[in-house]
Amino acid sequence: MLSLTHYLGLGAVLFSISVFGIFMNRKNLIVMLMAIELMLLAVNMNFVAFSQFMGDLHGQIFVFFILTVAAAESAIGLAILVVLFRNLRSVEVEQLDSLKG
Amino acid sequence: MTMQTIYLLIPLAPLLGALIAGLFGWAISRRAAHVVTIAGVGISFLLSAYVLKTLLSGGDSFNGSVYTWLTVAGLEFNVGFLVDRLSAMMMCVVTFVSLMVHVYTIGYMHEDPGYARFFSYISLFTFSMLMLVMSNNFVQLFFGWEAVGLVSYLLIGFWFKRPTAIFANMKAFLINRVGDFGFLLGIGLVLAHFGSLDYAEVFKAAPSVQEATITLFPGHAWSLMTVTCVLLFIGAMGKSAQFPLHVWLPDSMEGPTPISALIHAATMVTAGIFMVARMSPLFELSDAALNFILVIGSITALFMGLLGIIQNDIKRVVAYSTLSQLGYMTVALGASAYQAGVFHLMTHAFFKALLFLAAGSVIMGLHHDQDIRNMGGLRKYMPITWITSLIGSLALIGTPFLSGFYSKDSIIEAVHFSKLPAAGFAYFAVMAGVFVTAFYSFRMYFLVFHGKERFGKASHHGDHTDEEEATDHHHGLTPGQKPHESPWVITLPLVLLAIPSVIIGAVEIEPMLFGDFFSDAILISGNHEAMAKLGEVFRLHGGVTGMGTHAFITLPFWLALAGVALAWFFYLKRPDIPSAIRKAAGPLYSLMENKYYMDHLYINGFAAAGRGIGVIFWKLGDTILIDGLLVNGSAKVVEFGAGLVRRIQTGYLYHYAFAMIVGAIILLSWWLGGILPALR
Amino acid sequence: MSWTQLNLAVATPEIFLLVAALIVLLSDIFLNERNKSIAYGLTLAALAGTAYLLLQSAGQSPRPGFNGMFIADPLSQAAKFGMVIGVALMLVYGRSYARLRGIFRGELFALSLFALLGMMVMASGANFVTLYIGLELLSLSLYALVAMQRNNVHATEAAMKYFVLGALASGLLLYGMSMVYGATGALDIPTISQRITVHGANNLLAIFGLVFIVTGIGFKLGAVPFHMWVPDVYDGAPTLLTQLIGSAPKLAAFAFTFRLLAEALAGYKPDWSSMLTILAVLSLVVGNVAAIAQTRLKRMLAYSTISHMGFLLLGFMAGTRDGYAASFFYAMSYMLTAAASFGMIMLLSGKDFEADQIADFKGLAKRDPWFAAMMLIVMFSMAGIPVFVGFFAKFAVLKAVISTGAIWLAVLAVACSLIGAFYYLRVVKVMYFDEPENQAPIAAAPDSRILLSVNCLLLLLLGLLPDRLLTVLTEAVQRSMLP
Repeated sequence: MLSLTHYLGLGAVLFSISVFGIFMNRKNLIVMLMAIELMLLAVNMNFVAFSQFMGDLHGQIFVFFILTVAAAESAIGLAILVVLFRNLRSVEVEQLDSLKG
Repeated sequence: MTMQTIYLLIPLAPLLGALIAGLFGWAISRRAAHVVTIAGVGISFLLSAYVLKTLLSGGDSFNGSVYTWLTVAGLEFNVGFLVDRLSAMMMCVVTFVSLMVHVYTIGYMHEDPGYARFFSYISLFTFSMLMLVMSNNFVQLFFGWEAVGLVSYLLIGFWFKRPTAIFANMKAFLINRVGDFGFLLGIGLVLAHFGSLDYAEVFKAAPSVQEATITLFPGHAWSLMTVTCVLLFIGAMGKSAQFPLHVWLPDSMEGPTPISALIHAATMVTAGIFMVARMSPLFELSDAALNFILVIGSITALFMGLLGIIQNDIKRVVAYSTLSQLGYMTVALGASAYQAGVFHLMTHAFFKALLFLAAGSVIMGLHHDQDIRNMGGLRKYMPITWITSLIGSLALIGTPFLSGFYSKDSIIEAVHFSKLPAAGFAYFAVMAGVFVTAFYSFRMYFLVFHGKERFGKASHHGDHTDEEEATDHHHGLTPGQKPHESPWVITLPLVLLAIPSVIIGAVEIEPMLFGDFFSDAILISGNHEAMAKLGEVFRLHGGVTGMGTHAFITLPFWLALAGVALAWFFYLKRPDIPSAIRKAAGPLYSLMENKYYMDHLYINGFAAAGRGIGVIFWKLGDTILIDGLLVNGSAKVVEFGAGLVRRIQTGYLYHYAFAMIVGAIILLSWWLGGILPALR
Repeated sequence: MSWTQLNLAVATPEIFLLVAALIVLLSDIFLNERNKSIAYGLTLAALAGTAYLLLQSAGQSPRPGFNGMFIADPLSQAAKFGMVIGVALMLVYGRSYARLRGIFRGELFALSLFALLGMMVMASGANFVTLYIGLELLSLSLYALVAMQRNNVHATEAAMKYFVLGALASGLLLYGMSMVYGATGALDIPTISQRITVHGANNLLAIFGLVFIVTGIGFKLGAVPFHMWVPDVYDGAPTLLTQLIGSAPKLAAFAFTFRLLAEALAGYKPDWSSMLTILAVLSLVVGNVAAIAQTRLKRMLAYSTISHMGFLLLGFMAGTRDGYAASFFYAMSYMLTAAASFGMIMLLSGKDFEADQIADFKGLAKRDPWFAAMMLIVMFSMAGIPVFVGFFAKFAVLKAVISTGAIWLAVLAVACSLIGAFYYLRVVKVMYFDEPENQAPIAAAPDSRILLSVNCLLLLLLGLLPDRLLTVLTEAVQRSMLP
């Protein structure tokens, strides 16, 4: 039988992967967007696990909201990416360095 | 209109006028600038008169806050008004004299480029002065105190292109700082020991700390009330130009004449007197402080009067006379005759404003020549100025039945009855002062209005006798030119001020000194009985007329008469005698010519020493330690830090994300690692 | 659960704003380029209506709605009123600026209104779900707004950075919320608060969650070390949107912090108070020090924002009613000050010219003495010089800090603001003592001139008479705190 800790562990691992995905990745912005999605999924995993083990439905309802927002977020993220690509002709993270100091 | 609205309107009406004339002076016409400010002050005067009338017909005095400005650690800073008969009387005097000066200014300043600015300043002054007298707490008092000071500096330096004006301005500012320093310390002591800055609360608590002492230096315990009162009085010394902080007042005559009348004679300089009278419940608790006040006041009354004798600038004569009269008021305070001091303040406001404005009228008539040696015989050409000046001078020297007589005689008698150790010296000083006052007043009067016509010689001018370099290049009359009477805007205020100069003493002495006029504002402790005895004598002589007729057999009257007679003899009959005396009494004369070397002491003594110390500190401390080590050092540190932060802000997204994650991890490990409980 | 518990009436201003935003969005379809002013007018009308509805509910005691998901209490109503003002100022100051840059479009109006709606929901959220939805509505609108000027390389770069870091921050915040949910078994703020203080909760999980929530809050406020987005986004975004990001959302972030820390996690006050102290100190130091080295005004203002948020956090860290009130006052006054400062930049900007360098203010006193004086007020207020509102905001915060006994913090804060005074005064020096490089008179519409002047004079007026506003905000905090 899987315990709550297993689920939380999975959530934590997913979360860490996504965090690393954001700051280890220097090439592709799309990977960053994916990492952000993954982070939200890790959070969802936590909510569902807690909800299930405490027998409280609110957590799962929150998950629906997060999923909806995540969809909107990726849409906007991709839109910004497209605009950026038109300007820079590149989606490399390292190209984003005109603002600094 | 409720009374509260009226109280608010009284200071705000001049403020509004000042703002309009000051901020929009460039946009509105000269006419609009004086109409709006005069309207503001006029409203203020009418309402003040109404308030005084209400109070006199049995209305209740008001004490309450109007607006809570700020609350800090349980201490409230309120804008509050205390309107009792003392402040109501001050309000009337201030607004009336201010109104007269406003009207007068139309004529006096009509060709000055700073016309609107000038009106704005004097209205602003009226507002500040009203805030000062109406205040019900020390904070607001201090606000008004500094605000009138500020306007005074602005106005002394009104002709800011003249180096002498700037010097006088700076001098007034610095000397007043000395006084304000004491004043602020006094307020601080009040706050520290009473925990409140509200008059009513402080006065209520004051008797309970009469015996309290504080230790300023180890081993010396001083009475708390004495230290507080002396410190507060030092503030009054600065503002009311008492010896040795008097040196700024004669120089302040660099400002335009209306200002000298309003600020440096009638109102602002009396703020110190008013303040001490207002604080009578505190001062009554310390005989030592009262003695100190008596000594300072009597020195000022006598020795400043003496200096008036040798002045040749018409405004400076009046200025020294003001100093001397302020000394009289201070003496009255020291003798616990607060009523008499305030009474003299009021009568003096009228006749001294009158004298100044008359002097201004003379100056205008002679095209900005201020030297009385170039005048003479003016009564033919300027009849109204002549008559009003005569009334003013007679009131000043204490001619029976005129206003100055009642107030000054009361002071002399009160000092006579005072039992304080310093009262003997004070009595001598004020008595001798009577003679001196009569002498210098009539010296000026005779030299200006009688005798040979000495104007129109286009001759010597002192370097600070010219009033308006910017607009008027020729000073004095050209040969053959005759002086002329001033326009009605100038003579009307003279006439209006002459009326109270004559009658106000006789009308008001009974209620103000011996009635219960000030019973709600001034408190006199049982062992100071000067006022009480004064009242007995007053009734004994049979009241107002009795006091007047009785005066003919008292010493002051004969002293004054002697002064007038001597002035007549010296300056009309035998003009050669004064110069002979001047030659004979060389050292004494140069002592007085140099104003007892007070200026030398301050400028070459204190100021030079201060500058010397300053230079040492600047070289050692500032250049090497502060600039070198602290300022440049810390600037370098900051610069280094700034460079560091700029380098961290690389522009790369992953660095930013990394910083956030690192931040989160540090917080997390700190809390979960239990480092924090140890720290807490 | 029933319809009566829904109590929609408490959200009347929000519902009105939503409908109005949709109308603006729809109307835009039917308007061609030349009459966008109609949409603009509609937007301002929507803001006026919202403000009116908010005023209607002023002074009422806290009213829950949506089955306890939403709460309209004095604190949120006051904050919302400030936000409406902030957005309105942005639209008025930025009108000609936006027109000259081709972003005077329906999206600008609709997205600004949606951002405002997001802020309002954030302020009124009584449940993690509501708070999160409000936060995301605000953030998503802002990301899109920053990227609106599509051919501007800097703006799109700023949008991308803002987006990625913002998403990361909301991920961290959500992770924290999930932990708190696990520790208490509730999402709704009064219940969480009650479970933590009365029944006790799983400490490890809750502290774990708290750290992540503080991280999310730190990002939203722009506190060090979660501040990295601030300079780049402020600098890259069109000034109009810098103003939007820099003013009203600070109020939303304040309310958000109040809900999460002062209400939900009140039981962990000592813990979050120490965390906020660390963030506040770092923000004060880094913000002020870094601002000195800037030559670009917008970037300087960005770092100055960071230091101001340090001050705001200091008030919060005190954890008392007066501390929260001081923070609230700080947020409110900072909203006005920031709006005025960016309004000033837009006022001086022309068609192909951004007045975003400090050097662009050279000799302003000679070009236009009135606006030089106004900018002087803004800079003095930011520097915290007495009689301007910034001084009283700082003063109130320091008072709250001192009342907790942390004198060293107060001393540090004062030292930092002294460093800060240097760069604000440098702007003043440049305006008054340098020769103008550009002699052209300032061309700006009368409405923005007048409003900007009123805005600046308000900074002076509130500094002279701070007591009224401070009392109102203290009362609002007092009446909104959970029993």
